This record gives sequence, C-alpha cells and structure tokens, in this order.
Amino acid sequence: MNSREIIARRVGQEFKNGNLVNLGIGMPTMVANYVPEGVEVTFQSENGIIGMGPVPPKGQEDSDISNAGGQPVTILPGGAYFDSCFSFMVIRGGRLDITVLGGLQVDEKGNLANWMVPGKIVPGMGGAMDLTVGAKKVIIAMEHCAKDGSPKILKKCTLPLTAKEEVDLIVTEKAVIEVTKDGFLLKELGPGVTIEEVKKATEAELIVSPELKEMEI
Amino acid sequence: MSKISDLKTVMDRIVDGSVIMIGGFLAVGTPEGFVDAIVEKGTRDLTVIGNDTGFLDKGIGKLVVSKQIKKAIVSHVGTNAETGRQMNAKEMEVELVPQGTLAERIRAGGGGLGGILTPTGVGTIVEEGKQKITVNGKEYLLELPLRAEIALIKAYKADKKGNLVFRATSRNFNPLMAMAADYVAVEAENIVEIGEIDPDEVMMPGVFVDAIVPAKQPAIEVKGGA
Repeated sequence: MNSREIIARRVGQEFKNGNLVNLGIGMPTMVANYVPEGVEVTFQSENGIIGMGPVPPKGQEDSDISNAGGQPVTILPGGAYFDSCFSFMVIRGGRLDITVLGGLQVDEKGNLANWMVPGKIVPGMGGAMDLTVGAKKVIIAMEHCAKDGSPKILKKCTLPLTAKEEVDLIVTEKAVIEVTKDGFLLKELGPGVTIEEVKKATEAELIVSPELKEMEI
Repeated sequence: MSKISDLKTVMDRIVDGSVIMIGGFLAVGTPEGFVDAIVEKGTRDLTVIGNDTGFLDKGIGKLVVSKQIKKAIVSHVGTNAETGRQMNAKEMEVELVPQGTLAERIRAGGGGLGGILTPTGVGTIVEEGKQKITVNGKEYLLELPLRAEIALIKAYKADKKGNLVFRATSRNFNPLMAMAADYVAVEAENIVEIGEIDPDEVMMPGVFVDAIVPAKQPAIEVKGGA
C-alpha cells in the first residue's frame, strides 16, 4: 500500500453515518474511494453540489457538472445544486461536519498553512480558508514530510496561514496526530512505523498517547 | 419588451479600463462567447472579478494570456501559469479573496449592503488593513461590497424578459453577479418565449438582466430537464 492509499484509507475511518463532508483537491479527493462499508456520508463540493457522486465513465461526462477542481463528476439521487453564496453558507453556517484538506505546514496550535509559498507559488486560497473556519472538524491529509524531507508538522508555521487554530486531526502515512490544548497527541502509527521514526520526522513535540496503536487499515 | 440583443451591442459597452464580473468556476458556467469577443476586441486595462483565472485556453484565462487584465479579483489562480507569471512580473495585479468572502462581497454589492462580517481570514494575511469587529465575543472581518460596470454571465435557459434558469454546477457565481453590476448581459444556451418558464422555476428574475445573447455553442442535451 503506498503512502497516499494509507492516508486516504485512514481518513475514511473518521467518517460517521450521516456526515456531510467536503474533500479538498488532490489526495483528499481519493478519500471518497475509502468510505468504510456501512457508513453513509454525503459529499458537498463548494462549487455548488450536495450529493456529489463518483467520476463518470469516459464518454459520459457532462460539461456542466464538475467538482471544485474542475474535474467531471456526477450527482447522486437526492442531490442538489446551488450558487456559490449558498454553498459557503452551508460551509460557514455549521452544516459541514468534516473538511479534509491537504497541508504544507501544521503547527501545535492547530494553525494551517496550505495556500501559498511567498516568492515561489501563489495559487490562492480558493475555498480553503472558509472550509477550515467553517467545518466542525478539520482533518489534514498529507504526507508526513515535504518532498525534500523537511518536516511539515511544526512548533510554529512559517508560511502564511490559511486559518488560525482550526485543525483537529492530522493523518499522514506515518501517524495519526490529534491537536489538543496541550499540543500534538500521537494516537496511531502507520504500518510498520516506530515512535522514533515519527519523532524524527516531526519538528514539534509529540505527546505519546497511552493508547497508542498501529493504524487498522 | 424583449431583451434579446447581439454580441456587438454588449461589446460596445466594454472599453479600456472597464470593471467586469465574469461568471463561472474553473470555466464551468463561464460565457465563453463573451470572453472570446473581448479577446477579439482587444480592450485593455480591464479589472476582472471572477472566481478564478481559469486555464490558458478556457474561461477568464484567455484574457490573461492576451494581457488585457490590469487587475483580477479572484479566489484562485493556480490553474493558469500565465497569471502567476504576470503576477510575479508585476504586469498584473491580483487581489486574492477567500471564495466564500468573494461570493458574499458580490452579494453585498448587489443587495445594497455596506459590507459583510465573516470569520474567514481572521489571524491570516487576509485581515491586513481591514476593520475587525467583535460580535458576541467572536472576531469578524468587515469585508466590503463589490460591484462592476458590467456582468457577463451564462445561463442554461432565458426567456425574452430575461428570467433565467441555470444548470448544475454552472450556476456558481452567475446569479450573484447578475445582481451586482450596472449592466448585465447573459449568454443563453436556450432562449424561450415569455411564459415558457414556470415562475417557480425561475432562478434569477429578469429585472436584473439587460441583454440576452444566444450562445454560439450548441446547447447540451439534457436528460430529464434542467
């Protein structure tokens, strides 16, 4: 199982029956494939859908039906479309149970940086700032370290923030880490990963949960 | 009174320096016929308000490539490398606005409000230079309304009075922008007679619409209605 699949599978386990969930672009989108059996969730997409369905088979795309990444998707029976204002009222208004987003940096206060690297890449925040502020639970799904091996889970974010103190849970291929008022709580380890490996790859201090276990994926 | 118009009449309104809203989300629901006509006309120094700057060959992105935009007010530019290049080279100004805030600022502009209060952006660089207001112990940013001289939007169906129906996710910013501009032009995939749209099905009343232009592209075949 590769890193992305480990992360997507583990994030899917956070979903509870009846949750309304928004998945960010990239790896978070993969989580839709790993909703545990028996759990029914509804996907919201900020460009104006509740009840978003899977990618259509080739040749059956409808150019008016896309996800927030512009990719063709479908809508499930019982779904609904709406405008952008309404969509963010759903998000900010407390109706969204979970948002799953990627991250560049997360720090022990629950601060998130994921929308720009000054002087290098400035894609813009899109809906990410509203999603992190509005969703009841913010899950960051990301690889534990950057491509150059540098840590992404930090004492203090150095990049411009997406939102202040909003992250609840971080899921990486190495660990599941909860943001608590005392700091990062290491709750689970990735398959075959040791505590020492996680600590080495994490700049921030980690509190090791007494109930620490390996991910069951 | 029929509001059916033509491309030239709409384009005559767009001049160097115009402030324009353009509907769509990553080019889904963008009136491509209007965008192509602006590219052809070659007007410059435009201020464009939209969700994003689309792609190199789709949506608002075409106006970036042709260097007609002086300032873009958008939530996302990551799908168009040319926007990033012009932004870094200081050839174009980009004001990045959180998507939900952008939608609300347009709504405020259309609805006669002096602004909106949002928790989005508090504690980030988005709050710089903005007034913070505490309501019931929680901090909000005062975000100011946005209006434009012209809104260019796309609809799935219009009757001749300008009553509009949007389809699927091509709705996005289109109805909001239709309320927030002095002159509103609609590129309609289908145009029907007055009375053919059930009043309960109207998503945008025609009072907001000034001109309807038939879309060049053939309408998408829809199974089971709009």
